[in-house]
Amino acid sequence: MADLVSVRLRVNGVEREGRCEPRKLLVDFLREDLGLTGTHVGCEHGICGACTILLDGQAARSCIMLAVQADGAELMTVEGLAKDGKLHPLQEAFREHHGLQCGFCTPGMLMTALDLLRTNPAPSDAEIREGISAVLCRCTGYQGILNAVRAAARAPGGDR
Amino acid sequence: MKPPKFDYHAPTTVDEALALLGRYGGDAKLLAGGQSLMPLLNFRLSRPAALVDLNRIPSLAWVREADGQVRFGAMTRQRTIEFSPVVKARVPLLAEATRWVAHLPIRTRGTIGGSIAHADPSAEYPAVLTALEGEVVARGPRGERVIGAKDLFKTYLTTSLEPDEILVEVHLPATPAGAGSALEEFARRQGDFAIVAIACVVARQGERCTLARLATAGTGPVPLRLRAAEEILERDGLGAEALDAAARRAAELVSPDADIHASADYRRHLTGVLTRRALTRALGVARG
Repeated sequence: MADLVSVRLRVNGVEREGRCEPRKLLVDFLREDLGLTGTHVGCEHGICGACTILLDGQAARSCIMLAVQADGAELMTVEGLAKDGKLHPLQEAFREHHGLQCGFCTPGMLMTALDLLRTNPAPSDAEIREGISAVLCRCTGYQGILNAVRAAARAPGGDR
Repeated sequence: MKPPKFDYHAPTTVDEALALLGRYGGDAKLLAGGQSLMPLLNFRLSRPAALVDLNRIPSLAWVREADGQVRFGAMTRQRTIEFSPVVKARVPLLAEATRWVAHLPIRTRGTIGGSIAHADPSAEYPAVLTALEGEVVARGPRGERVIGAKDLFKTYLTTSLEPDEILVEVHLPATPAGAGSALEEFARRQGDFAIVAIACVVARQGERCTLARLATAGTGPVPLRLRAAEEILERDGLGAEALDAAARRAAELVSPDADIHASADYRRHLTGVLTRRALTRALGVARG
C-alpha cells in the first residue's frame, strides 16, 4: 500500500478530513471516504461533467483532480444546495420545468448552472446553452434544462 | 483507483520543483491544471514515476504588463485570463480564444502554461502564441532561457522544452492600438478541440495593411504561421479581392492530416473559409 496522505477540507460548510493514496481522485474521495454520493462519476476523463463541483466557489471537474490537491480547499457539492429542508431555487426550477429525466447528469448540471448564474446573473439563451454545454445529458433533455436555468435566473436567489 | 501509482510532490517554489525533476531524471511529470494530464493518467496512457504538482507554487500565478507585453505566470488559470480586464484591453485575441478553450469548469483549472507546454495541435493557445509572435520563459538547472513561438512547437504534443526545464512565464506582445483581431473556429460541439481554428491580427491605414498575422490550429502537427497569405495583404491591401486571395492562399499553405474528426480536404477547405471570416471580423474592429 502506498503512503497515505491526509486531506482536510471544508465541504458544504463542514470541516472534513480523510486519509487516502495520492492518486485518489477527488470525486472518489467525496463518495467513498466522505460518503457524499450526490456527486456522480460519469466518464472519468473530464468530458461529461457529471462530477462537477464548486472548488473555492468555481465549478470544476472532480474526476480530473486529485483529492490531495483539494487539501485546504472549500468545496460545495450538490448536497450543499438545499438549506433547512428547502430546495435551492435552481433545484426548484429543475423540478418545475422538467430539467431532469434519469437524474444522472443533474448534480453536475446544477453545480455548473450555479457557477454560470454567479458569473452571469442574466444570461441570454445562447449563453445558457454555452454554459450547460459543459455537461452531457444522456437523456438529451436539454430543452427542459435550458428552461429551468432561464427560470432560475429570474427567480430570487437563483444565483446565491 | 483510476490512475496508476506515482510518487506525489507539491513543492512551493520553482527551485524545489526543478530539484525534484532532476531527482527523477525524466521520469516525473509536471502537473499544471491537469485537464489533459489527469485524463491521460485515468486511462493509464501515462505512467510517470512521480507527479510534481505546480499548483502550490504561488509565484507562478500572475498577470502583469511590462515592455509592451502582457506577461503571465505559467500557472495563471484560463478562467483568470477570461475575466482579466488587462487581457481584454491589451490582448483581445487571447481573451476571445479563451472562450473557445473547452468549458468554464475546465478553464477553472486549466492554465496558460500547461496548455502551451502540452502543445496539442488543435488547441487555441498555441495558435495565439504563434500569431502574436509570443515567447515563453523556461527555467532549468542551467538557468533561464527565452523561447520564441516558432522555436517552441516541434510536433504533436512535443515542444523544445527539455525534460529538466519548467515553463515559468508566457509573454504576449500587446496588440497595437487600432489593430483588430479575431479567432474563428469550427468544432462539432461547443467546447471541443478545434477541427480548424484561425487566429488573426490586422492593422490598417485606410486600405493599406500595416500588419497581418495569421496562424492555425488543427491543420498539422504544430500551429502554422500563414506568412505567404499575410504577404498578399501587406502587398495588395485590404480590398475584398485581396482578402479572397489571402484566404485561398491560406488553404494552399496547410497540409492537414485526415483523422476520425475530419478529412484533410475538409480541413483545408475550413482553413480558407475561416481565414476569410477572421480577416473580415478583425478588419471590422480595426481603426486607422
